[in-house]
This record gives sequence, C-alpha cells and structure tokens, in this order.
Amino acid sequence: MLKTTPFHERTAPLCASHAWRRWAGHVVASSYELTHEREYHVIRTAAALFDVSPLYKYMVRGRDAARLLDLLVTRNVQKAAVGQVLYTPWCDHAGKVIDDGTLARLDETTFRMTSAEPNLRWLQNNADGLEAEITDVSDSIAALSLQGPAAGSILASMGAPALKYFRIAPATLRGIAVTVSRTGYTGDLGYEIWAEAREALALWDAVMEAGRPYGIMPAGMLALDMARLEAGLILIDVDYVPARKALIDSQLSSPYEIDLGWTVNLEKERFNGRDALAAEKMRGPAWQFIGVEVEWNSLERLYAEVGLATRLPNATWRMSVPLYADGAQIGYATSGGWSPLLKKYLALAHVRSRWAAPGTPLEMEMTVEHRRKRAAARVVKKPFFDPPRKRA
Amino acid sequence: MKRYDAIIVGGGHNGLACAAYLARAGRKVLVLERRERIGGAAMTEEVFPGFRFSVFSYVVSLLRPEIIRELELPRHGLHILPLESTLTPLRPDGKAGDYLAQWSDHDQNRRELARHSVRDAEAYDEFGLLLHRMARAVKPLLSVAPPDPASLDPRELWDLWRLGRYFRGLPEKDLHALWKLLTMSAADYLDEWFEGEALKGTKSASGIIGTLLGPRSPGTAYVLLHHYMGELDGVFRAWGFARGGNGSVSAAIAAAAQARSAEIRTNAAVSKVLINANRATGVVLESGEELRAPIVVSGADPRRTFLGLVGEEHLPEEFAGAIRRYRFRGSSAKVNLALAEPPRFTCMPQPGPHLRGAISISPSVDYLERAYDDAKYGEISRRPYMDIIMPSMLDPAMAPPGKHVMSIFVQYAPYHLNGGWNDTRREQLGDTVVNTLAEYAPNLKSAILHRQVITPADIERIVGLSEGNIFQGELTLQQMFFLRPAPAWARYRTPIRGLYQCGAGTHPGGGVMGAAGRNAAMEILGARA
Repeated sequence: MLKTTPFHERTAPLCASHAWRRWAGHVVASSYELTHEREYHVIRTAAALFDVSPLYKYMVRGRDAARLLDLLVTRNVQKAAVGQVLYTPWCDHAGKVIDDGTLARLDETTFRMTSAEPNLRWLQNNADGLEAEITDVSDSIAALSLQGPAAGSILASMGAPALKYFRIAPATLRGIAVTVSRTGYTGDLGYEIWAEAREALALWDAVMEAGRPYGIMPAGMLALDMARLEAGLILIDVDYVPARKALIDSQLSSPYEIDLGWTVNLEKERFNGRDALAAEKMRGPAWQFIGVEVEWNSLERLYAEVGLATRLPNATWRMSVPLYADGAQIGYATSGGWSPLLKKYLALAHVRSRWAAPGTPLEMEMTVEHRRKRAAARVVKKPFFDPPRKRA
Repeated sequence: MKRYDAIIVGGGHNGLACAAYLARAGRKVLVLERRERIGGAAMTEEVFPGFRFSVFSYVVSLLRPEIIRELELPRHGLHILPLESTLTPLRPDGKAGDYLAQWSDHDQNRRELARHSVRDAEAYDEFGLLLHRMARAVKPLLSVAPPDPASLDPRELWDLWRLGRYFRGLPEKDLHALWKLLTMSAADYLDEWFEGEALKGTKSASGIIGTLLGPRSPGTAYVLLHHYMGELDGVFRAWGFARGGNGSVSAAIAAAAQARSAEIRTNAAVSKVLINANRATGVVLESGEELRAPIVVSGADPRRTFLGLVGEEHLPEEFAGAIRRYRFRGSSAKVNLALAEPPRFTCMPQPGPHLRGAISISPSVDYLERAYDDAKYGEISRRPYMDIIMPSMLDPAMAPPGKHVMSIFVQYAPYHLNGGWNDTRREQLGDTVVNTLAEYAPNLKSAILHRQVITPADIERIVGLSEGNIFQGELTLQQMFFLRPAPAWARYRTPIRGLYQCGAGTHPGGGVMGAAGRNAAMEILGARA
C-alpha cells in the first residue's frame, strides 16, 4: 500500500478529479479540480496550498551538526545564520549530484534537512566520529506549502512574523506551534509551514479558513509542475538522474552541469566531491542546464503545414526531447510546456557547453500530427518568470 | 539403418535446446531420453489426480532470452508468469505482521523494508544497483564458450584477449567489488550492507542453493551475483513461473526442435557411447540397438558421461582424474504437496498477493548456517531452509478448482546421509519439512491431500543427476568458467573427437537456463556464440 500524508483526511474529499500521483511512496493529488488550470493561476494571483509532506525530512542536532552538513553539501553551512535556509545539492566523492534539498538552521546546533530521496544512511555514514544526532522525521513532520502573492497576507493574518526570503522562524498559527520558512518550489512569493503530524488537520483547517478571504485554493502537482518550470527549478529523476541511480557514467551530473555551480563553495577546505569539483571548475563543465524558448512562428508554421491550428501541451511534460544545432543533436530537453502566464513554450534542457550561451539558436524536436519535425528555439536565461515579490 | 548427423543423449532442457539449434542449422538430430517422458529435471507430472507438480526444478530463473527469441518459444507454448514477491516469516508461531516481505513495487518494498530498518531500506537500492552493474559486467560470460587462460589455441587466445580487454574496461570500483564477490562469503558480503537478520538470511539463501556450503562459506557471495543475472533480464521477463510448470519449458523447446524435424525418442536409455579410434561413432541403447552418428552430444552430467557412457579406458588419465574429482555433493530436496486449501501463515493470515510469490523460510543467517551444520556432518537439517512457491496461485490449472499445489525446495538434505537414504529417511525428511513449515502455517498439516518427497537419492535415481546435484555439479568457483567440468575441456568438447557435452555440468552451469545447450550447439556448428 502507498502511504497517505497527514492531510489525507482533508485532501481526499477535496480531490474531485480522483487524479492522484505518487510522490516518495505517498499518494498526493495531481489536481483537485477536474483540470489543474485554475490551480495554476491561483499560484500567480492569490495563494495555492500544497501538501508537501512526502518530502524526506531529517533533524540533525549536536555540537558537530554544522560540521557534518558542511562536509556533506556544496554550500557553506558553517556560515549560515540561525534562521537561515540554504538550498543546496550534495554530491558523492566523485562530485556527482546525489540529491538536492534545503537545510534550515533552527538554532546554533540544530538543522532540519529536506530531500527528495531518503538520506538517513548517507547522513549516518558521513557522521562517523562526529557529535551529531540524526533523526528521520519524515513521517512525524507534516508540511504545507502556501504559494502566491497573497501567501504573506494570509500568514500575517494568522499571526506569523514577517520573514525575509529563505529565512525560517517559529510561529504559533491559531494556537498551533509551527515553523514557517519563506521557501517554495514555484518561483513566487511563498512559504512552507512545518508542524507535528498530529496537528496536521487543525493546521490545514486554520490555513484554509484564514485564506478564504484571499481566494486560497488547494492545488496539486500538475499546477506545481507548471510553476516550477516557469521558475526554472530542476527536478530530480526528471531533469537529472541522481548518482545513486545512475547505471552508466553518462547519466551522472555534477552541480556545474545542472546550473547549480553557484552552490559550490570551493573555499571550503573539505566536502564530499570537492577535489573533483575543483578540477571540473578549472576545465569547465561539459554540459550545462539551460532554459529554452520555442519560437512561436516556427511552431505555428509546423502546424499550418498540416492544416492545423497550433497545439500546445496543457501540462508540463517530462520526457527526453532531442535538441539540435548546426545540424546535429547537441542536447535534450527534460521538462517543457506552455506557460499560460508568459504565453511562451518553454523547456529546461541539457546542452553541450558550446551551445549554452543565451541567444544561441537551437531546434527542438516536435511531433506534429504523427511526424517528427523540428521547431526553431533559442537558449534563454532562467528563471523564465521571476517576480520581484518573490524576494521583496 | 537410419543415419543422423548428431545424437543427443538425454532429453533434458539443455539436450533439447542443443537439438533445436542443430536442427535449426539443418542437421539431422535424434534425441534419446531414457525415461518415458522428456524434460529431465524440468518436467511437470500429475502425481496425484488433478494435481500437477513441477516435480524437480520449479521456476524459470535464467532462461536465456536469446533462446526464447531464437527458438520462438512463446509460439511453441511458453508463457512465463511473474513471481514478484518474497515473504520471509520472522519466527515460528509469529503474530500477524511478523514477516519481512520484498515486493516488486519500489515504494511498497521500501516501506516494508523501512518497517524493519530505515538504513536497510536505503541500502537496498544501492546494493541492487551495484549488483546490477556487477551482473552486467559478468553476464557476457554466460553466452560464450569460456576461453581457457592456459590454452595456446589462437581462437581461445583471441577470446581471452577480448575478455581481458573487457574486464580492463570496467571502472576500478567495479573491479574491486567484483573481486569481493568472488572471494567473500554471502553472509560477510551482506553484513557490509544490511543489518536486518531476515533480510540477510533471505538474500544469503540464494548463495547456497545447490551447494553443500553454508552462507558463511567463502565463495558463496558470487552465487548471489549469479542470481542477479536473472534480474538483468527483468524487462524481458525471463524470470518467473512457467504456465503449466517447468515441464512446459521443456515441451516448448522440444516443440521447437520437432518443428525443425528433430526426432525425439523416449524409453531409449543409452548404455554406451560407441568409440572407434578415439572418435565417437554413435551409441548403444540398453536394448542393444545401435545408432550411428558422427557427433554425439551428452546432456548427462560429467560423471555419467565420462565414467559411465564413455568409460575411463577411453580417456586420458589426467582428464579422468579431473572428472573423478569433480564435486557434486547434492544437498537439496523437494517436497511437493497437494493441498485442500491455501496455507495460512500466522505472520500474514489473510489470503493475498504474498501467496503468488515465493515464501522463504530463512529468518536469519544463523538459521541457515545451523541448517548447514547438520548437513556438514551428514544429517538432514533439523530446521531446513525452504523456498516455497504455490504454482496453483499463478496458474490455477495446476490443481482442481479451489485446491492448490505447493512446491517446497528444501536444503539441506545431503546426498551423503549418515546411514544412506531409504524409505524411512525419506519420510523423516518429509516430516521435518512439514513440521517446520507448520510452525509458520498451522493449517498446513490438515490441508495436505498428498505428499511427494524427493531426496537427492531420488533425484539421482529418477533423472540421473549424480549425487542428486541439481546443477550437475556444485556451482563453486573451483569448477566454474574454464574449469567446468575439467581444466582444458570447458568448451563443450571432450578428449573423444565428435563427443560433446551440453549439460549444466559445463559452463555456465545449472538452472533452467538453456545456455549450455545453445553454446554447445554453436561450438559444434563452428559458429561464434
């Protein structure tokens, strides 16, 4: 049996579509309504409420907690302030990405880590000789993500303190003890709320009630996927193969190859993969992870040639789509779709570094009425959508 | 007298596969089977009215996908059904929930493993990935005739060079892991990965099957890898239960052979291979009938082939000595039950998908090692390891409606039993198995309608496998690859010109794999495998 999240009692009756999806061994709603379109627009206009409880969560406590995590991840954890959240990947000893997630420094010696894959064994294996206690709190902590321009107002109305981007603080929302972080996976103004699983239903009810005047809606994974594409955020297993699952070396990625070079802090004396990453930095990565925009005119022409109006994907797709330049395949897109907000056909893609500069003309494979064609596209900067309210 | 291009001695699945490939190449082939039915140890028999047993071998584990494709076995009736789970009860008389299950669904499996150990649940995927890589590294060896590193034959040297280059191409960490697998015991290797006793017990069990070794004996880790090779073909789904039992594997291969005009004769026991001037010229049947062919292929094991059908007088002393020393030491038995109702395991009392998979009585490495301790000194394990499947849960036609058949693979039941095997000892083995299993499934005894117990002595007597070894000789490193069955004679050839071997006693060994049969045919045809 698949697991249900602590919010399932609330989400199940709301799930009119009966469309569920698996996430880390749990069932979560793909969409609540019969189509996910409204749920997407709510992220950009009001506030969408996501159940993100399936994330793996670990508490790392102790004198050496910061040292352990610093050893593990590419960013500098020792320098993180109390109340700061770091987004970071972590690598194996060859500098290939194992997973990515967040580290929240709750106090001097306490961190909460989130990840997409289980990491208890990895944490424990790295903690040899260090004074750090690691607890898997994946099941005991429930998590909600409240995303959209109204998210801040809703939380303020519930008594949450103001938070800067990528900060976390304890709060009491309608009597429920939580921590709130200003984080999310939508590229919008957004917050994540962490609570004991036993408080989950009360928390859901409280947030939904407080959000009602602001137009809150529960939203599912399809809407989230559209938002994260616009935000240019990478997704494990979709946009990259984690090192632990790679069957062949060519499936591995370094942080530099998936546009996470900014998280690699080579000034740190020691961390997993450091030497390999330093060497890669010197010679430059072979691949880069870029944004692609398909040219509308080219797309329209391909459809016009067969007598059809342009068709667009109504959800974010997840597959490998070849990209061409100068007549040869030079990469592949792994996520893509139509942005209803930007009115652009977008994709996230891996290309050989030579073709990674913004503005580089490319072609993307398109299947138009059963036939494979190529549409003109070009490399563009990520994120595709980056509203000032995200950081303001 | 009818002339044949090749005579195959023994209608087991390898003999049939060899025949099918030779026939496919246009050779006139005759298969001679001693028994009244074909299949050897891969056969199905209605032992009790309405109940069909895979009497001996009971799953399709490593049947080579190329054989399924090339011989078009699905067209000839082969249908492999998935066997997807393994249930390990943790203790006798355990309460509901006292089990460890391994499920095919990744999420379900991870959740179940995490119920026992979160670390093991995480290590499981990494372990699987490593063994997958290792199996991929070693698997090319399965489908080729093994080159002998001591040979000066340019063809073998070429193969060896190719193989050496292949292994040199492996990443260093994979080579290190491979060396460990080749040298360690299954228990030690698993200790490096897991903490759960039931998980280690169940995984280590695949390292001891068909050998008189315990999970703590060095070399057993490699056999774990052998097991994973079947999983490599996961996409192809070559692993599972053959609809109609394992007899249908043999029947499908036989049908493929016959479709290419191979002849198959049953009740045709061969007593001698005819040899003239160190060349095989045919065979003599027990009836006295002589049959001639320039090529004779023996599917029998090396001892029966060389010390029986050929005779030491025709063999170089060194070779005969190697065959005499080749180890069999059968250690496994089979108990087949006809049941009036399905078993109810106290650890999982409701009927459910667990009965469609394997049930493994292997609660810990200690349990298996103790079972081995008994066998080491010539006794039946007081608490044996058992690998159980319920064919009727997968193919209801194996039993009358609502009734079931249960296949229990048992280890250890040593061939060299103190005092020897007899009817009393056979029933004692049957009682031990049923009593042990009934501790986990109390309704078992009252559900039994018929019991068939097959000891290693029975295996030897009925299907002719020496010492009852299910693999035609132990699958241990000192008699694998270019050493199987004897140094310098691993490429299906023999010191007698025109006499070949195609049984599991040659590379790559046992299991309902068909590889030896196919490889031998390729060698005979002079084709590259």
